[in-house]
Amino acid sequence: MTSEAVVETIDLTKRFGGVTAVDRVNFTLKERELRCLIGPNGAGKSTFFKCLTGQYRLDSGNGRVLIRGTDVVGMRPDQIVRMGVGIKTQVPSVMNGLTVMENLWLAARRTHGWARSGAEVQRVIDEVGLGDIARRTVGELAHGQRQMVEIGIVLAQDPWLVLLDEPAAGITGAEVERLVGLIAQINRTASVIVVDHDMEFVRMLGAGITVFHQGAVLTEGPPNKVLSDARVREVYIGNRA
Amino acid sequence: MRVWPSVGQIRWGWFLLGVAVLLVWPVFADTHTPTILLAYALFALSLGLMWGYAGLLSFGHTAYFGLGAYVYAIAVINIGESTVPLLLAIAIPAAVAAVIGAMMFYGRISDVYMGVITLVVTLILFKFMNATAGDQYVIGAARLGGFNGIPGFAVLNVPGMPEWSLFGTPLYYVAAVALLGCYLICRWILARSFGRVLVGIRENESRCELLGYNVPAYKTAIFSISAAMAGLAGCLFANWAEIVTPSVFSLRAAAEVIVWVMVGGLGTLVGPILGAMALGMVKLLLGEQTVIDNSLILGLILVIVVLAIPRGVVPAVQGWWRGRIRIRAQRAGHARPRRRLATAATRQP
Repeated sequence: MTSEAVVETIDLTKRFGGVTAVDRVNFTLKERELRCLIGPNGAGKSTFFKCLTGQYRLDSGNGRVLIRGTDVVGMRPDQIVRMGVGIKTQVPSVMNGLTVMENLWLAARRTHGWARSGAEVQRVIDEVGLGDIARRTVGELAHGQRQMVEIGIVLAQDPWLVLLDEPAAGITGAEVERLVGLIAQINRTASVIVVDHDMEFVRMLGAGITVFHQGAVLTEGPPNKVLSDARVREVYIGNRA
Repeated sequence: MRVWPSVGQIRWGWFLLGVAVLLVWPVFADTHTPTILLAYALFALSLGLMWGYAGLLSFGHTAYFGLGAYVYAIAVINIGESTVPLLLAIAIPAAVAAVIGAMMFYGRISDVYMGVITLVVTLILFKFMNATAGDQYVIGAARLGGFNGIPGFAVLNVPGMPEWSLFGTPLYYVAAVALLGCYLICRWILARSFGRVLVGIRENESRCELLGYNVPAYKTAIFSISAAMAGLAGCLFANWAEIVTPSVFSLRAAAEVIVWVMVGGLGTLVGPILGAMALGMVKLLLGEQTVIDNSLILGLILVIVVLAIPRGVVPAVQGWWRGRIRIRAQRAGHARPRRRLATAATRQP
């Protein structure tokens, strides 16, 4: 394993019956690196994401997932999160019946303890700009607002590794810019993986890109190189045209 | 900063009013019926805590109520003095629930499957206890008695003094203290991180897991705590009835407590208590007549409540009351500037 690798997968494979969703993926994320995983629908990026977070269990002999050198295969999601990992899922996973502050409090409580959680909630409300909706029930909020609440939940945990699955889905122009700023802010203290297929959003992040296709890594590198790659245009951009 | 309106908080004025009513009741009326209503209320509170706040519906919660009753009867026949049997009536249902809960929750069983498993456990106990007639079914000096159950055991006594029995009004006070104490314990649980995480689990289990909480451990713990309270309620029931029969494990008993909680109101602690007391009273009154089947009336009440006020009586009343306060505040908010404007206008020369 590379000494500075925060996440490393070795021959990661995930099958559903006869379908191979992720096929022997070798991936490395370095300390304080921001990486975007892109690819067309069904490319395997969300499955790969769920293998990292423990939401999908790997069968034995189907590769390894190392987070700061610890093999997390077989660990439950809560055990992986307690290592210092913050996770935002594809569909906003928030507690709809609770207020925004209550959602944030539950996130802050586990990491910061009872005494500091109130102050942490206030910090996150200020950072993410949730002041106007802080006392509202999350289920009443618009999709984009719930996305921001979930980003706040991740921030409240103070993680050193952040995994964001489609954070820009369903949010508008101004909010996207704010989200890009927030991710850059998170990246100052944490390594970040962003899964998304919104190319404009990925360009705005300006981070290294890994392209998934048919469950495998097609190519990876800096955005200019990857986005001008003919194979990428063919499998991804070409498909959308 | 108060960040947790969703779990509510104790209203000390209402609580003290409840204490006062329970305290003076024996001065004015008989305590026999209120004693069993208090036991039913404690039983409903135990389910209301688990179901209303952690979102765990046990279809067979009466298993732990019945276990509490049987454990007390068997233990007191063998031991004589009631202190240890009382503690066992709390501890054994809690331990059984911890084992069953751990198997279910670490096995990722939830929702309707959890309901089926808890109901099956209850029905197994029902079948088994019904089949224990005969001299071979004894635990120490206690005969299990099959369909006829276990009659004639010693009732609760003052701890350490077996000759001082607590029956009649003293048993009523024991039941009242048990209910009030458990209510305070529930409030204390909900005011701590543990209770708040339970509410989070009710709302979104997978998110709580992705926050790093060990969800199966939380669920197992609240299941066990709830079973302990149900066991205590069962022990009070056994002392009131002075007989324990397999009917405590019946389908009817399993359904009744669910109806009490639903009618009283999920997501509150007072709702299940009042629901159990009101419907328990209806059940006792209906038991005195033979014209209409008891279950039909209870079923009808449930259907009406579910259709008219699906959240239950107490949340509906709370919502109506808060709405009135909001309307009054809005009217006051509109009225005040108008008054100020009028005052300013009258000052104009």
